[in-house]
Amino acid sequence: MSNWRRHTSLILPVVVVAALVLWPAVTGKAANRESAFTILKAVALASSLNILLGYTGYVSFGHIVFYGFGGYVGFYLLSAQSWSLWPAMAAGGLAAGLLAFLLGKAILRLRGAYFALATIGINEALKAFINNFELFGGPTGMTLNFRVYQAYGGAAKALEMSFILVAALTLVAIVVSHVVRTSKFGLGLQAIRENEDAAEIMGVAAPNAKTWAYVLSAIVPGMVGALFFFKNGNIEPHDAFPLHASIELLVMVMLGGQGTVLGPILGAFAYQGMRGYLVTSDFFKDIQLSVSGVLLLLIVLFIPAGAIGLLRRRITPLRGVLA
Amino acid sequence: MTALLSIQGVSRRFGGLQALTDVTFDLPPNQILGLIGPNGAGKTTLFNAINGVFPPNEGRVMFRGKDITGLPPYEVARLGMARTHQIVQPLNELTVRDNVMVGACFGRHNHGLAEARRVADEVMARVGLAPRADLLAGSLNVAQKKRLELARALAAQPHLLLLDEVLAGLNPTEIAEMVQTVRKIRDQGITILMIEHVMHAVMNLSDFIIVLDFGQVIARGTPKEVAESPKVIEAYFGDPKLAEQLKLSD
Repeated sequence: MSNWRRHTSLILPVVVVAALVLWPAVTGKAANRESAFTILKAVALASSLNILLGYTGYVSFGHIVFYGFGGYVGFYLLSAQSWSLWPAMAAGGLAAGLLAFLLGKAILRLRGAYFALATIGINEALKAFINNFELFGGPTGMTLNFRVYQAYGGAAKALEMSFILVAALTLVAIVVSHVVRTSKFGLGLQAIRENEDAAEIMGVAAPNAKTWAYVLSAIVPGMVGALFFFKNGNIEPHDAFPLHASIELLVMVMLGGQGTVLGPILGAFAYQGMRGYLVTSDFFKDIQLSVSGVLLLLIVLFIPAGAIGLLRRRITPLRGVLA
Repeated sequence: MTALLSIQGVSRRFGGLQALTDVTFDLPPNQILGLIGPNGAGKTTLFNAINGVFPPNEGRVMFRGKDITGLPPYEVARLGMARTHQIVQPLNELTVRDNVMVGACFGRHNHGLAEARRVADEVMARVGLAPRADLLAGSLNVAQKKRLELARALAAQPHLLLLDEVLAGLNPTEIAEMVQTVRKIRDQGITILMIEHVMHAVMNLSDFIIVLDFGQVIARGTPKEVAESPKVIEAYFGDPKLAEQLKLSD
């Protein structure tokens, strides 16, 4: 296969992101930029989770822990240590990656439901820890001094910059997802997903591969967390570690199609679009989470491979394009 | 010539069950060694002890002069030992080619993807899977899955191949084909340790045979010697038909 063909599957995802970035500029509405920010954030998080869930086959029910932890570390450096945004974001990503590395060594030997349960436990444990950690503001969290934004040309400019940065991070998440999928490392991960024992017997060093997949899936969420809470201006434990957000991420990945590059992107897009409608509708606004629960149930029952997985299976020629 | 694989006093317990007791044998390079014995004799457990799935409680496993006792299976694989499973273990949602490429990528040579693809195509042609390269592995029938197991193991370009009942579940034509394939593999310089219940095949193929019963080696020798051993006949006594087959095959 030529190099060009190998990367055709990247075209569609990049087009989707580009469209999201241009949407607010074209329509000229600031509100659209907020919607686009939310969608891009979801795409970045879902694509990252997909490395673990889709390629490696490990269900993480607490993936938002990396977003929250990276957010807290970044926010602390921004507010208490007066770091500027770039190194703080990098530190948030690194902190999340390091956390994943340590967790991976400890809990990735668990399989199936046991691993999923452990990830929930970790999210709740970290939330409880931060709640009692005075350095990070305990239960009341931390607030950013408004003056911080002046370094970036004022709050409006900072918002604009955050939008560009979240788009860049989303792109990074997608490219990482694509590179992993088309690499030898990714082949090893998929072998682990299909049959971990057989993969090990064929020479796939599963413990290492799983740990690195976990680390890779944590870094971008950590950076996104740091960026989001910078933009948000304050951080609190229940905002940083919302368990329901982890479950929404699972719905996004599974809706679009786990184990594909495009699936989580479309899933995040569709889910956020639906959510935007639900939270503003009179009937659904209080029960929008139960809709995502029902959606997850329907996906698992009827299209376990997700939308992209279904299309790939039904229409063979699409396999080259929808990867 | 020194042994490629040397099993020295290997024992393995599972709780109160003594699955292997003091198993010792050497496998010289470029031979086919047949491992036979009644069901539950510990043959597959011995494979697991050799390639690190269940490390032995006692004893040593030497492979190409290196002590590999207790190494995890993926490290044993990288040293050049490949294995097929009695119960096929295809990577269902991956294509046949991807399955074979996993073997090539993570086997002895640690190939990159491009080289692995070349090796995979070559191996699939050799075992007759080339026309099915782009199908999902889950869609193959049993005989094809058996070939896939073999292809994956061969793609690793191993020094030693552990075959766990590759003939089970195949019809007589398929068995004849597979026997030819196994012989060709040996002729290409790969040493083979095979567990087999299809007696006429194992008797024909093997240079040497080890008989296990209740986790112990009860007989060893050429196919002819083993077939005449009273102990072996006794081990198979519950199944007189098998004992008869053993006698007939020489």
